[in-house]
Amino acid sequence: MKSLAELQAIRDKARAQVGLRAESGASVRVQVGMATCGIAAGARPVLNAFVEEVAKRGLQDIMVTQTGCIGICQYEPVVEVIEGDKKTTYVKMTAEKAVRVVNDHLVNGSVVTEYTIGANAQ
Amino acid sequence: MYRSNVLVCGGTGCTSSNSELIIQRLKEEIKAHGLEKEVNVIRTGCFGLCALGPIMVVYPEGAFYSMVKPDDVPEIVEEHLLKGRIVKRLLYQETVVDDNSVKSLNDTTFYGKQRRIALRNCGVINPENIDEYIAVDGYQALGKVLTEMTPQQVIDIMKASGLRGRGGAGFPTGLKWSFAAANQADQKYVCCNADEGDPGAFMDRSILEGDPHVVLESMAIAGYAIGASQGYIYVRAEYPIAVKRLQIAIDQAHEYGLLGNDIFGTGFNFDIQLRLGAGAFVCGEETALMTSIEGKRGEPRPRPPFPALKGLFQKPTILNNVETWANVTQIILNGPEWFKSIGTERSAGTKVFALGGKIKHTGLVEVPMGTTLREIVEEIGGGVPNGHTFKAAQTGGPSGGCIPASEMDVKIDYDNLLAIGAMMGSGGMIIMDDTTCMVDIAKFFLEFTVDESCGKCTPCRVGTRRLLEILNKITSGNGTLEDIDRLEKLCYYLKENSLCALGQTAPNPVLSTLKYFRDEYIAHVTEKRCPAGVCKALTNYYIDPAKCRGCTLCARNCPVGAITGSVKQPHVIDTQKCIKCGACMEKCKFGAIDKR
Repeated sequence: MKSLAELQAIRDKARAQVGLRAESGASVRVQVGMATCGIAAGARPVLNAFVEEVAKRGLQDIMVTQTGCIGICQYEPVVEVIEGDKKTTYVKMTAEKAVRVVNDHLVNGSVVTEYTIGANAQ
Repeated sequence: MYRSNVLVCGGTGCTSSNSELIIQRLKEEIKAHGLEKEVNVIRTGCFGLCALGPIMVVYPEGAFYSMVKPDDVPEIVEEHLLKGRIVKRLLYQETVVDDNSVKSLNDTTFYGKQRRIALRNCGVINPENIDEYIAVDGYQALGKVLTEMTPQQVIDIMKASGLRGRGGAGFPTGLKWSFAAANQADQKYVCCNADEGDPGAFMDRSILEGDPHVVLESMAIAGYAIGASQGYIYVRAEYPIAVKRLQIAIDQAHEYGLLGNDIFGTGFNFDIQLRLGAGAFVCGEETALMTSIEGKRGEPRPRPPFPALKGLFQKPTILNNVETWANVTQIILNGPEWFKSIGTERSAGTKVFALGGKIKHTGLVEVPMGTTLREIVEEIGGGVPNGHTFKAAQTGGPSGGCIPASEMDVKIDYDNLLAIGAMMGSGGMIIMDDTTCMVDIAKFFLEFTVDESCGKCTPCRVGTRRLLEILNKITSGNGTLEDIDRLEKLCYYLKENSLCALGQTAPNPVLSTLKYFRDEYIAHVTEKRCPAGVCKALTNYYIDPAKCRGCTLCARNCPVGAITGSVKQPHVIDTQKCIKCGACMEKCKFGAIDKR
């Protein structure tokens, strides 16, 4: 260790992993449905894509977690984005769609309407 | 990038209740489900709530599983890690809420009132991975000190913070450092006292096991402040996990160049070595500890000269306790005003207590100075179990005294505890209920100090033994009122004439029980009665004829045949034959047997 900059580099790299462990006061929760139906429909790559993408962009205020079946199994994988009282439900998600939700919704604040349950329910 | 972190306590308490096996099963199950790239298993230090161990915490949900058994692991992996359904039956019950989330630990009574500074990384990071320590701002304080501050500035900050030694005596840390800094020498030393010896105290052990790097970093900071290039950690060999993790930490710090030569390119050199103690209580005394590091028999030396002038190898030395070191980095990073704002006016910061004895939540708690004993016992500790009432708390182990129920609202800090005849000590806190005999407790601690007296000075070597003899006389029913006076007089003699703190404080358990529970001593000598029913020689078992149904169960279980009586008739105990083992009382289904 020859400089503080070296220490900072290690810290920044290690932080993403340890940061997950704090009791986060995150204001946004991303919940991926991970019951049997969700997993069968491919929820795990979706969950992992969210985790990777959120970490890659260093988003601090977002907690990615899993949840059970919410009862709309035909639309799995289902992802809910919860911001305070507001809940957006995305359905039939894929890893690619997850990346776009992170970019458009979580970073830029515009809901990806075409992936939501409203757009897919017809 | 892992989506989930599973933290399993690897502290001594949980390890002894099988947490290693749990980690092993966890890894197997995670592999079987193909989750090894998604879920990270980390062995951490102590979470503090040892009564509910083994403990496992799953993030990001923050699910706090308690009393986990290896056989519970498949369910946790399958349900929680794979399917996202928290296994409610295994949660610490206070954190259970109705939806699929859990209550924050900070909202529970055990953690809610705590303020974790010294323990902040215990149960959070993997102690065997330096990167995780760096991730939580580890070695930032050392970097700041070496690149931005002069040694004098470091000492000024420590002085301004008001930090006092957490080993027991409460000497101001900054002042100690300034003495050593002022003395000129070709070599100086920084030592860490990790020879935690009080029965029931395990806070230093938990810090070493859960956050070993903080000790290394703080010692290096002190080395810079006083001009030392060598540090020693004196740790007892009975702490194998702590020794192992310290050595791993030292090796990792070397690899990163955070110990060794030219740290941060500033030309500052500092190295640390471990020295294992064989477990003698006296080696926790600073001069005896240094004598032991030198390779000699661990015996104290007369002071002065104080270690700041002539310590280890006759060179200026500072010695601080593990918990003290754990505060140093935070003071550097957050500033002395921040630290001073916590706690009371003359005792800044927090104190860790190892809560044990007759209390629901046995474990480690860290509270701001000035917290009352009532808050610790009744709120954080969950109160005295089994319907008994609180009688006293013993603080400071064999060097300390007891705090009776009448003083429960005293704000705990160094000075207030001394004023009521107890002392902070290293932070062991043993809770006693109404089934505890205070004379017996004093005797227990004297037995300990008689064993542990090193024998160098007469007052301690002979005095502790005479004190124990008088206590034995009293508890066996042969004491007189004069014995109590003699006991008290001898206590003061020991305090004034012993060479080191071991002898000077050995009478404290006697003096403080005499102060608050003199009536119990008097009952032992005048009425030949032990009010708590503990001292065997003074206790007789008897059967209440009104309650006895004559079931003969007690008679059949008495190992010496002291109970007689015919079926369906009240039985009687022959007190001459009775050995007071208590077997009959345990067996009786009608509560007919009592002792007095």
